[in-house]
Amino acid sequence: MSYTLFILLLPLISFLLIGVVDLDIPKTGKVWSHKVAGLIGTASLGIVTILSYMTAYQYFFCTPRLADGTLPTLVPYNATWLPLGDLHFDLGILLDPISVMMLIVISTVSLMVHIYSFGYMHGERGFQRYYAYLSLFTMSMLGLVLATNIFQMYLFWELVGVSSYLLIGFYYTTGPAIAASKKAFIVTRFADMFFLVGILIFGYYTQSFNFSFAGTVEYADGAAHFIACNPETALIKNAAMTVLPLSLVLMFIGGAGKSAMFPLHIWLPDAMEGPTPVSALIHAATMVVAGVFQIARMFPIWIEYAPQTLSVVVWVGAFTAFYAAAVACAQSDIKRVLAFSTISQIAFMMVALGVCLPGHGEHLNHSSLGYMASMFHLFTHAMFKACLFLGAGCIIHAVHSNEMAMMGGLRKYMPVTHWTFLISCLAIAGIPFFSGFSSKDEIITACFEYSPWCGAWMTMVAAMTAFYMFRLYYGIFWGTENKEAHAHHTPHEAPWTMTLPLIVLSVITVGTGVFTTLGGFLDWKWASFGSIVSASGIPYTVHFDPTIAGVSTVIAICSILLATWIFKGEKQPVADKMYAAAPRLHRWAYKRFYMDEVYQFITHRIIFARVSTPIAWFDRHIIDGFFDFLAWGTHKTSHLIKGFQNGSVQTYAFWFLLGAILLFLIMLF
Amino acid sequence: MDYSQFLNMQAELSLLAVIVILFVADLFMCADGKNGRGVYNTCLPVVLLTAHTLLNLCPSCQGAGEAFGGMYQHTPMMSIVKSILAVGTIITFLMAHKWLSRPENLVKQGEFYLITLFTLLGMYFMISSGHFLMFFIGLETASIPMAATVAFDKHRYESAEASAKFILLALFSAALLLYGISLIYGSTGTLYFNDIAAAVSFFNSSTNPVMLLGLLLFITGMGFKISLVPFHLWTADTYEGAPTVVTGFLSVISKGSAAFVLFTVLIKVFGAQDLVYAWDQAFLWIIIASITIANLFAIRQKNLKRFMAFSAISQAGYLVLGIMDGTAQGMTSLVFYLLVYMVANLGAFAVLTVVEENTGGITMDSYNGLYKSNPKLAFLMTLCLFSLAGIPPFAGFFSKFFIFMAAFKAGWHWLVLIALINTVISLYYYLLIVKAMYIIPNDEPLPGFKVDCYSRTALFVCIAGVVFLGLCGVAYNYIDAFAYGLDNMVNGLAEPIKCCCPSSCH
Repeated sequence: MSYTLFILLLPLISFLLIGVVDLDIPKTGKVWSHKVAGLIGTASLGIVTILSYMTAYQYFFCTPRLADGTLPTLVPYNATWLPLGDLHFDLGILLDPISVMMLIVISTVSLMVHIYSFGYMHGERGFQRYYAYLSLFTMSMLGLVLATNIFQMYLFWELVGVSSYLLIGFYYTTGPAIAASKKAFIVTRFADMFFLVGILIFGYYTQSFNFSFAGTVEYADGAAHFIACNPETALIKNAAMTVLPLSLVLMFIGGAGKSAMFPLHIWLPDAMEGPTPVSALIHAATMVVAGVFQIARMFPIWIEYAPQTLSVVVWVGAFTAFYAAAVACAQSDIKRVLAFSTISQIAFMMVALGVCLPGHGEHLNHSSLGYMASMFHLFTHAMFKACLFLGAGCIIHAVHSNEMAMMGGLRKYMPVTHWTFLISCLAIAGIPFFSGFSSKDEIITACFEYSPWCGAWMTMVAAMTAFYMFRLYYGIFWGTENKEAHAHHTPHEAPWTMTLPLIVLSVITVGTGVFTTLGGFLDWKWASFGSIVSASGIPYTVHFDPTIAGVSTVIAICSILLATWIFKGEKQPVADKMYAAAPRLHRWAYKRFYMDEVYQFITHRIIFARVSTPIAWFDRHIIDGFFDFLAWGTHKTSHLIKGFQNGSVQTYAFWFLLGAILLFLIMLF
Repeated sequence: MDYSQFLNMQAELSLLAVIVILFVADLFMCADGKNGRGVYNTCLPVVLLTAHTLLNLCPSCQGAGEAFGGMYQHTPMMSIVKSILAVGTIITFLMAHKWLSRPENLVKQGEFYLITLFTLLGMYFMISSGHFLMFFIGLETASIPMAATVAFDKHRYESAEASAKFILLALFSAALLLYGISLIYGSTGTLYFNDIAAAVSFFNSSTNPVMLLGLLLFITGMGFKISLVPFHLWTADTYEGAPTVVTGFLSVISKGSAAFVLFTVLIKVFGAQDLVYAWDQAFLWIIIASITIANLFAIRQKNLKRFMAFSAISQAGYLVLGIMDGTAQGMTSLVFYLLVYMVANLGAFAVLTVVEENTGGITMDSYNGLYKSNPKLAFLMTLCLFSLAGIPPFAGFFSKFFIFMAAFKAGWHWLVLIALINTVISLYYYLLIVKAMYIIPNDEPLPGFKVDCYSRTALFVCIAGVVFLGLCGVAYNYIDAFAYGLDNMVNGLAEPIKCCCPSSCH
């Protein structure tokens, strides 16, 4: 599959082309240049999408499976980039079930966003720049998932960070966008520092950065070698056994930063300052799941050498899921609601990975059901959340505001957006025959197998999810219409470039939902996600646990009904009463439990004031003073010796000879 | 007589052929009397020289060889260095186009090519010499025509003065060098490089003061060519007075060939342990003095050619750092440094030349605000200066890194530290130009102009080198495959142990 290289090269070429070449052709005017840039970006992405689907088709259906039914790991390209003795940094392309699945997710959503942006960004200043950044981002994200080793992953990891920074700060003339882009970059970069340290510790001890090649896990060999080499004393063995979990947890911190896990989540809500399609692509569907993907990538190591440590992931994930859901219930900005919903859903995926238990062969499939569930949820979530964000984009496009107060009753004006939004809401709420149902149900099943408490907790969060999503839905499309705002500017349905992606994504959501739901109840092997992605690689057919499926469906429907009862009407007496009953709680949730203020306090009051100021003084007076002194001395010396070069040949010859004699004396003694 | 030994001299013979063709072309295709335009211009020499370079680019697989009873020696590394010098000459020719197209120079352009190529031929022979006489003839063939090119703008007072200073001091240093060679002959009884090394160990004369004086005078002679402190004093005046193109040639090609020869002769002839200790001591002080003093002078310069002269002296100090202890790694890093220095320095000179030819500006003040009128040129100049200062990711960073690493591994920790401190000073003065171009406001910057296509080509080659030489490890690895030094010589003969041609060996 040599064409996989083009999956990376095409977006890179289009980035360079759009980014460097000035397409603004004077004769034809501005609009033309817009179209050209957009067309180049979209066309290259279209080809990438086709190539990705071809790859997926060939990989899943035409590649012969190994004896036990595992899909083989293919490496079409791998080249040593930096050799460092035994260790080496490689660059290459690795195809295995999760990377191919990610190819589909990224290329599909990215293509949809490219098409959508034609309408959404129409007439914006910097249209060309926007498409250049989109191409850069897509290239980096694809490189991240196709990486053959953890170091290459880190390289592209940073590149997605950069493109995310550039896109959040796209409207760089407005203050909040600048602040948000800086915040996102600094927070994720801070987390990435741990990631890098983790990689270095890992590479130092196991002598390998590579992911699995040809079915065997190379880094696991390295780790096994490392542990086997140090069995002599209990002390060293202990050290060996703690180093791997340590490095994995450090890497997880990096992943938590990118995936906005509490307490590193603070950048994601602010990142909504970027253009809405960007939020759909980067901050909902692809980049923010990089942390989940990273754990899935390192999963064989986690499960083999650090299964207990996975509970860190469970705790962080479970708390974040609840926290974000609680905050989402009180937000009034629709993109913020979606942002917190994203955090909460990613936390679901994290928890699913965390609740995996070690096992072997077929048994691993069962004990690590969460791995499959997490990847499945990643896929379904990407589709419906992208649809939700793009829908939100259409709404914002129509009413020119993010605030729910400016909306209400929009279903009359925007039928397509309304229906696709509703489908996605049903999917995220976990209603059967919508994609979210199957994946979320498996996550909750996995949680129950891990611990009943965990299962119950996640079920509660799932109920909250249904509640706040329908609060959002009713707030936008039903409820009180803001007649005053709509009077002088009637909302209208978005152009076809914007509605087409919505329809495509909701069709995928419904299609996946119908097949997997039916498949789950009727035991269709081919419709099971486990047949392509599972913890051990051996195909795994999912059966729905009727109790859990039934209970969670009932709970979801109850939550939706509750939300309908409270928020659907023109007047909302129940909601008003609830605010009145617990104003402080609402306020706390609205202010996101003051996490930003805590960060402000720590950075400004403690770090800046108590630590940085004295250091700055030292730097300015002692260090700078020293260097100023050196510079002054250099200039003085330079002034002193200028007579050396006086222009007279005789003097030159004299110095020549004198120098020679001095050197001779030095050599002689 | 075995005529096949001429085959070893492929590079020299093909260069001679180029010279003969150009000579004949110059006779019959000289400037047109009617409109005064040169009938043959930069194209012909550049094409011929490029063909010559391509012919000799890949070192032959035979590895080391000799001709004429050891008078002429040849190793693959020498071919590489010769190719580097030839490429530098091509770039110089490209740069020279506009200058040679001046009315007063049009008639003389053939002379310029011939003289320059004779210089190059002298360098080739100097590099490949196996005998002190051959070496001296090569050296003088390289240096006397050089004086003629320095005086090429003969109606300009400065040019003539520069040439006079250059030739006088060159004579002075040549006399000392000859005296040194005679001392070496006196203490060993031979002038063949291989025999001297054998004789030194046979007579055990490595601590003999006469031998040491011979070694020292050899170093001073080469130090003059490379312009190391304290033999550098001619440099600033000559560089300032010479035509800018010639200055570029002087600062890179002439210097580079001498540095490489210095290295090979030192390890070939003066490889005995005590002698190595002696020249290490001498170079320790020469390097410290060269880098530091040149930097201190460079800070104060206002004329950019003079500025580049001091920059070149300090760069020469870094270049010679590779000589310490005479290791194979030192040779690799020296040749790589030479290559990188060549592209960066010639790139800077190309900018200086086009600016001078088009607007006449050559002082630092005239460059104020160049960014506004000539943004592309200013940018290219910045890249070259960054590379000279050793800022990553440009090639200069890698070449400095390798040369420091070689010296550090040889055990010269303090020396490397001093060199590192000096890079900070050099960064300061290189940035002065960048500051002038970008930051200092100027209401009347030099007018904008269009660069001719020859200079564009030269700039393109230089910038490609500056950007890619460091990032692609190929160049360094290729040079490394052919390097030799005191730590991997066979039978006292300069012969690399490693396999010669990586591509076509088997």
